[in-house]
Amino acid sequence: MDMMVLVQVLESTMRLATPLLFACLAGLISERAGVFDIGLEGKMLVAAFMAASIAFVSGNVWIGVVAAVGVSVLMSLMHGLASITFRGNQLISGVAINFLAAGITVVIAQNWFRQGGRTPSLSGNARMARIDLPFAEALRDVPVIGPIYHGILSGHALLVYVALLCVPLTWFMLFRTRFGLRLRAVGENPAAVDTAGVSVVGLRYAAVAICGVLCGLAGAYLSTGLSAGFVKDMTAGRGFIALAAMIFAKWRPWHALGAVFLFGLLEAVANRFQNIDILGVNLPVQAMQALPYILTVVILAGFVGKAIPPRAGGAAYVKEH
Amino acid sequence: MSKGRIPHWADVTLVPLTSVLLAFVISAILIWAIGESPWAAVKLMVEGAFGSSYGWGYTLFYATNFIFTGLAVAVAFQARLFNIGGEGQALLGGLGVALVCLYIPWPHWSLALIAASLGAAVFGAAWAFIPGYLQARRGSHIVITTIMFNFIAASLLGYFLVNVLRPQGAQDPSSPRFPAETALPKLHEILGVFGIPFSTVPPVNISLLVAVGMCFAVWFMLWRTRLGYQIRAFGESEPAAEYAGISPARITIYVMLISGALAGLMAVNSVMGEQQRLVLNAVEGAGFIGIAVALMGRNHPFGVFLAAMLFGFLYQGGAELALWTGIPRELIVVIQALVILFTGALDNMVRIPIARLFAMRGAR
Repeated sequence: MDMMVLVQVLESTMRLATPLLFACLAGLISERAGVFDIGLEGKMLVAAFMAASIAFVSGNVWIGVVAAVGVSVLMSLMHGLASITFRGNQLISGVAINFLAAGITVVIAQNWFRQGGRTPSLSGNARMARIDLPFAEALRDVPVIGPIYHGILSGHALLVYVALLCVPLTWFMLFRTRFGLRLRAVGENPAAVDTAGVSVVGLRYAAVAICGVLCGLAGAYLSTGLSAGFVKDMTAGRGFIALAAMIFAKWRPWHALGAVFLFGLLEAVANRFQNIDILGVNLPVQAMQALPYILTVVILAGFVGKAIPPRAGGAAYVKEH
Repeated sequence: MSKGRIPHWADVTLVPLTSVLLAFVISAILIWAIGESPWAAVKLMVEGAFGSSYGWGYTLFYATNFIFTGLAVAVAFQARLFNIGGEGQALLGGLGVALVCLYIPWPHWSLALIAASLGAAVFGAAWAFIPGYLQARRGSHIVITTIMFNFIAASLLGYFLVNVLRPQGAQDPSSPRFPAETALPKLHEILGVFGIPFSTVPPVNISLLVAVGMCFAVWFMLWRTRLGYQIRAFGESEPAAEYAGISPARITIYVMLISGALAGLMAVNSVMGEQQRLVLNAVEGAGFIGIAVALMGRNHPFGVFLAAMLFGFLYQGGAELALWTGIPRELIVVIQALVILFTGALDNMVRIPIARLFAMRGAR
């Protein structure tokens, strides 16, 4: 592989990893608080649709982003209502949200735009502008630093950098603030948090709402940054890849960054090459597509370091009387 | 929680029916909101699905798929296992059917049906075995692993269709057509023996009878055999079952094998009965609809049968709706999501008011 191709693949990795990173951190925060969320996919999808349609109508991408976050949080609260307030099955609620999103986006898109379940393509201010990092042009021709800084890191939409920033923020919130400590406690031992006089329900709703915000950003980036408009089922399993990355990272923010870059790289390579020869073995494109899932199963099975989820995850908290 | 206060008959009828009613009401509001008439939509759907033997044929064809996948999810639910992997298991079932039909010359459809059913069941079961084994022996969460296996199955099937089964020079990734001897008798041929006229167009075929037979078989297995007793006991309380000498690992693996086999059998209807070749999207979400069907059918084979009929109606009615109005087919996915939401996740929201009603009646 020559240098040019490598830079292109890595640059594309940055972009492909961004929605995964948002969604992965979203799932991580929710699950750290003890609420399983397999509805990341659905929330991203609804957000992607909202972002694209509102951006198209208003002509301003940022209004679209706000709308996307709003609708995603709404879906999150629905998940909270089912799984926290009514103590329903969190997994089934997540499944329902995914289908609701898959159906309703197409029904409404068809009704609003009459283009077979897609939004018109976005241009100008309705899309996310690329940002050139400072001195990117000046450093362009410097060896090593040039390709990395100008070729790979610079020239992405704002949300790419926001996503990267979310990693230390999430880490700080979870491990260096009182709120984060309580959030983690509520995912491990809600009874203890309750005994300390802190609201389990309140904390879990907060976590679910943050999850909604991040999924909203993931979806918005997908339809206005990565692509120029919404198409039916455009998340294409990214919510589940994010879930896989979260498990792969064992619910830790910095590891999540590594995991989404690995999975983003796999996608970038699969997009760029159909088949790859590695040491004489022909690796078909389908193997690359399946690899994130296979790796996750291997990790889950504990063959390579065991992934242990938060202890109280998946169970509604019932107060003792 | 408040489960004990609802009489059994109300638990199996009133609660699911109220949930479905809620789902329908919200869907009606959605139809109204996009400027169509809910009443006209219902009329069109009922006419489209039941107004002719053509409509009936499609309704029954879809219902056949959903009976298989619904039973698959229901059997797993009986053991408190959530098998979301029906989609992948059915995809692999399709591969099993295709291999059996393509590589063995069958003299008659009846032999091909038996062999293809076995092939579908074995492939589906094998695909469910791995998550089952990992849950039983390694404690890997079965919901996550079955989701992952859906995606892996899709990639695997893609590989097989593009690189192995696709005929030389063909463009689209699909297997060659199966030999004519493997074509299953359609319902109109079966009814024709008794002199009953039926539309020749719809793909509904003899697998419908296999599906109904499976309902009985699953009922018998669950309520009349030792294994079924163990499955239900395990589902009620894992510690109690273990104390009674039931091995959790063994039951988990058995249940997943049965569940996967049932999901795989769906391919007999769709791959062998309809398309007569294996295509990429042979399952078309039926594996997921099984979740809604099982939840609505309260994990009982008879309930699954009724719920599968309802979803068969929704699918055929929805197709008619998309054909004649501006309402896309995806409306059915919304209804499906709402049914899952109300019967599955928001069960308590529906159940608690009903329990209160009964408590009030009891107090009087």
